[in-house]
Amino acid sequence: MSFSWFKYAAPINFYPFAGKVIPLFWFLAITLTGFGLYWGFFQTPDVLSDQKQYYRIIFVHVAASWMSMWLYAMMVFWGLIGLVFNTRLSFMMAKATSTTGALMAFIALVSGAVWGKVSWGTWWDWDPRLTMSLILLFLYIGYIALHSAIDNSRRADKASAVLSLVGLAIVPVIYYSVNCPNPNECGALHQESSFKGVESNILLGMLVTALGFWMYSFATILMRVRNIILEREINTKWVSEL
Amino acid sequence: MKARQKRLIFVLLGIVAVMGASFLINKAMQGNFYKLYTPKAVLVGEVPIGQVVRIGGLVKKGSLKRSDTKLEARFIVLDRNKNEVTIVTNKILPDLFKEGKSQVARGILKEDGIFYAEEVLAKHDANYMPAEVKDILKKEHTPITKVKEGAK
Repeated sequence: MSFSWFKYAAPINFYPFAGKVIPLFWFLAITLTGFGLYWGFFQTPDVLSDQKQYYRIIFVHVAASWMSMWLYAMMVFWGLIGLVFNTRLSFMMAKATSTTGALMAFIALVSGAVWGKVSWGTWWDWDPRLTMSLILLFLYIGYIALHSAIDNSRRADKASAVLSLVGLAIVPVIYYSVNCPNPNECGALHQESSFKGVESNILLGMLVTALGFWMYSFATILMRVRNIILEREINTKWVSEL
Repeated sequence: MKARQKRLIFVLLGIVAVMGASFLINKAMQGNFYKLYTPKAVLVGEVPIGQVVRIGGLVKKGSLKRSDTKLEARFIVLDRNKNEVTIVTNKILPDLFKEGKSQVARGILKEDGIFYAEEVLAKHDANYMPAEVKDILKKEHTPITKVKEGAK
């Protein structure tokens, strides 16, 4: 037992470790997001084949939408690890992830509404992807609400982990909600697109911003998990010695 | 069997069940989350008269006419078999609304066979290319839909 994979599963070891890496994630978040947005706003074509300057909200919109799905999957992952191995820290990670995920889902919906108003002509439409993204936001809110409605934190962790697993069904639906046989004959406003159809500078800005959003998520999740550790371990000796 | 292994099996079964549900939802939707009628459906009389429905299709080239005196636009929508329906709207058309592009109109079909739209939405391209590059691409290989539409 020279090295244990579970060493950092103990809050007492994870707390200082998280404290050390948080500044690194903040640094990466700010540089990557800054670079991605700079590139997206200043190094990309002003006018597309059909859209004008307003398409540039894509850099925030796509990054936030991706994050809202990834973070949901991550939240479910931590919850399930917690359910199987009964590790306290994984439940705390799941809880910490939920708030950032909800924020991303919200940003995705709002930025999409602004973009949709200008391009499609409406703030909101019951497009399959829009509808499912709204449900994803509700799932995040439901997770947070259920968690805070149960006083006993162990029970809250388990119940909300199961709820989050059920909601996981929505994530692939969002991803595949554009698979329309003939785009002109179905009501979906979102259309299937591939990296091949995206100009390389736009793609670069989009991917780097998304990476920056990942780093931001890690930074905030770790900050939040440190708070949760302190809250839950308040009666332990190591916390009182901090 | 240890309790932990049992829990693991339950969780894995849960994931399988949820992914199965997800697959079924996907199959059920197939992009048709709500009913969208085509011009053909209008012509064969499938579209209920006087009810709010949606009609989708390509805007026929050269068919868009704006009124000189009021905020009224009139255009023809085509499906892939070139069936035509005339749409009239007095709402502002979105920026992406263009002849030859796809649109979705929500409104009422009246007895005169004209569709009165309360809302006209435009669909954008799935491509994010600057205008010039796309023209070059178009010369190299013309998409099938454009051929059918007779753009060239």
